[in-house]
Amino acid sequence: MKRVVITGAGTINSLGHDVATTLEAMREGRCGIGPLECRDVERLQIRIGGQVRGYEPETRFNRQQLSLYDRFTQFTLIAAREAIAQSGLEFSGELAARAGVILGNSGGGMTTLDDNYRAVYEEGKNRVHPFVVPKLMNNAAASHVSMEFNLKGPSFTVSTACASSNHAMAQAFQMVHGGVTPAMVTGGSESMLCFGGVKAWEGLRVMSRDACRPFSANRNGMVQGEGAGIFVFEEYEHAKKRGAEILAEVIGYAMTSDASDIVMPSKPGAARAIAGAMQDARINPEQVGYINAHGTGTAANDKTESAAVADVFGAHADKLMMSSTKSMHGHLIGGTGAVELLACIMAVRDGVIAPTIGYEEPDPECALDIVPNEAREREVDVALSNAFAFGGLNAVLALRGV
Amino acid sequence: MSDIQNRVIAIIAEQAVLEPSDISLTSTLEELGIDSLGLVESIFAIEEEFDINIPFNANDPKESDFDISSVASIVAGIGALVKEQS
Repeated sequence: MKRVVITGAGTINSLGHDVATTLEAMREGRCGIGPLECRDVERLQIRIGGQVRGYEPETRFNRQQLSLYDRFTQFTLIAAREAIAQSGLEFSGELAARAGVILGNSGGGMTTLDDNYRAVYEEGKNRVHPFVVPKLMNNAAASHVSMEFNLKGPSFTVSTACASSNHAMAQAFQMVHGGVTPAMVTGGSESMLCFGGVKAWEGLRVMSRDACRPFSANRNGMVQGEGAGIFVFEEYEHAKKRGAEILAEVIGYAMTSDASDIVMPSKPGAARAIAGAMQDARINPEQVGYINAHGTGTAANDKTESAAVADVFGAHADKLMMSSTKSMHGHLIGGTGAVELLACIMAVRDGVIAPTIGYEEPDPECALDIVPNEAREREVDVALSNAFAFGGLNAVLALRGV
Repeated sequence: MSDIQNRVIAIIAEQAVLEPSDISLTSTLEELGIDSLGLVESIFAIEEEFDINIPFNANDPKESDFDISSVASIVAGIGALVKEQS
């Protein structure tokens, strides 16, 4: 089996419009969550979100591109441009024929849906723009990345709610690992901070009105975010031969299904995914120094996740660090695992552990070292990234420094 | 007629990223660099502009009851539809 390394990373999210700015914000424990700006915000109960601010689409795309790119596709392309530029790869010939793009996404073009439902239902229009379908389809982002960068290998979109990106990256890892292709573009994106997108989440009554405070006893729910995270996964020898900078090595993953409930998390399902990722990576639990938690800030997730980690790691659970960066960038739903992988890269490469901000009161049911409020400097051998989705679909990735 | 012609040419020019003065009545959409997606977008824009329905089926443009072989034929077709549907 081939070793798989990350040779490019890109992002845009509420913490920053690129990787450097995002990691700096994580190091400083900055919060990207703020008052939501969207049409009819006054009709929403939930009025905060991790929105991408100061973003001017016209400076990144021409008019014709904008008529075809939903916001989630725009974010994806911005992050892909950064990641592929950093990797230094140019896709042509044999490499282009084999390399593809696998992305995670949950909602598709929600702002496109929202705008056009308004047009036909609210405004009573009987005609919509011809590009509604190619704009809103979940695979639009992956397809536009394939077209912009000439990726002609296996390409598709994975949709597993909040675990979409982790499932996508696990699949891309598997393809490089198994020798199908020397490189894959992978990650995920989401943009559903529009009226309908927030309203739908509001209905579940799991959203916080003031802040995302994962693992804190006074946590009161999750906060949505938006953006994208894109990576270049490359076969180790291929990367080494061309002298590429290696950000981290992906050493394993596991996916499990709870097969129990459509919204409630399950401790055994989460624990099997965490243990499975370590087994796949052939590491001992003691080698894991950091876990980027799913850590949504809901009552159910955080205690279930803490219990799963305690079960899997035993005594070592008290020694490892586990933080939820959702406290800073919000929950990017289908794109969240991709942005969170950046925190894992920072841990294994730079020895900087991103904090869980907004932490106010210890919760005996979440009694792990959750790196409260301030980043920490600590050498880490292996980092795990957890994602446990609605529908009970779990995916955990394992990274190591190179 | 000239009002309709100017408005149609403005829409086609915008789609082709050209100045209206660059568009002649004998131009074909192909010559102007308008592809199949550009064509349906132009038809949508014309329908919106004139509040009409254009009987155009992208599956088989030649069989549609609407002639798109040149700018002149499009302008003539719109003129007829505006009269018919107003």
